[in-house]
Amino acid sequence: MIQYAAILLMMIGLYGLLTNRNVIKIVISLNVLEIGLNIFIISIGFVYDGIAPILTSVNNSSALLFVDPLPQALVLTAIVIGVGTTALGLAIVKSIYQKYKTLEIDEVEEI
Amino acid sequence: MKKLLAFVLTIGLGLLIIFALDANTTFDDFGFANLAERVSTRYITKGSNVDIIFGQTLEPESGPANIVTSIVVDYRSFDTLGEVTVLFISALGVALLLGSAGAQKRMELNFKPNFMLRVGSRALFGIIIMTGVYVTLHGHLTPGGGFPGGAMIASAMLLLYLADDEFRARIKGFKILESIAGSLYVIIGLLGLVVATYFLQNFLPNGTVGDLLSSGIVPIIYILIGLKVGSEISGMIDNFLTEEEAQ
Repeated sequence: MIQYAAILLMMIGLYGLLTNRNVIKIVISLNVLEIGLNIFIISIGFVYDGIAPILTSVNNSSALLFVDPLPQALVLTAIVIGVGTTALGLAIVKSIYQKYKTLEIDEVEEI
Repeated sequence: MKKLLAFVLTIGLGLLIIFALDANTTFDDFGFANLAERVSTRYITKGSNVDIIFGQTLEPESGPANIVTSIVVDYRSFDTLGEVTVLFISALGVALLLGSAGAQKRMELNFKPNFMLRVGSRALFGIIIMTGVYVTLHGHLTPGGGFPGGAMIASAMLLLYLADDEFRARIKGFKILESIAGSLYVIIGLLGLVVATYFLQNFLPNGTVGDLLSSGIVPIIYILIGLKVGSEISGMIDNFLTEEEAQ
């Protein structure tokens, strides 16, 4: 069920990317798309009654039923790269605002 | 009209994904992932036929008790090196776009921070830094690691920046710390090539699963990543909250 929610989030982000003309809203749409994608990737590895893939003094054996750790590791990478791209995008937004004093793409083109 | 087209397009794409994955034999249903068929089994059992027991197993193939860490920093460490490079390049891009050669001053905040806010944030600063260091140090045993720990350290810096409109970190020190941490990561990888057989090989003893001092180079690399991520994001925060001094 949560996979449908993740796909819904992805589609909301894509719709925002296609329709918004405000630069900040475009960056936020990109983030929503990314969060949906991350949830979707994590949900691929879910197992009912599976525990988090960490050996502790309570869950102390590798013979127990774990959820799939590989999607989680890949999503860790994706989150960090998402932070990097968001920061770079916001830096571009800031320099656009300093130059044109507006955040709307349409008004930038007119000047 | 354009919005309608975008709406139809997104709905179509969403339905396409749902129908492609529904009742697809090669794609496991939600909650029924078969780990025995996946490569993850190798990561969980650490390639041994005997069960790995927390606190007992000596010298496993990969040391960390946190299996996600053993994937991120041990099995796929080269991947993580690339990820750290991407973060470095994006920090470089932010510095190129927003930084300037001349003197810089703090950007005007919309509110005047008062005395209580300044002192309170200083008190919180130490606690947040300590949590970040703890999360970084225990990355191979508990959830967390270098990336969230570094982000916590950077968030402590952000707190100081927001609560005090005169505050500026010594950004030169962060740059040096970042370069040293990044270089040491590559040097440790090359040491693996020289001492053992391949790049980023874990050449130190793995110890007992679950000990703080275990799993060889994994905690060292995670500490370096924590320092690097923390200083990089702090540098980005400084870039965003400063502007060129008016001539």
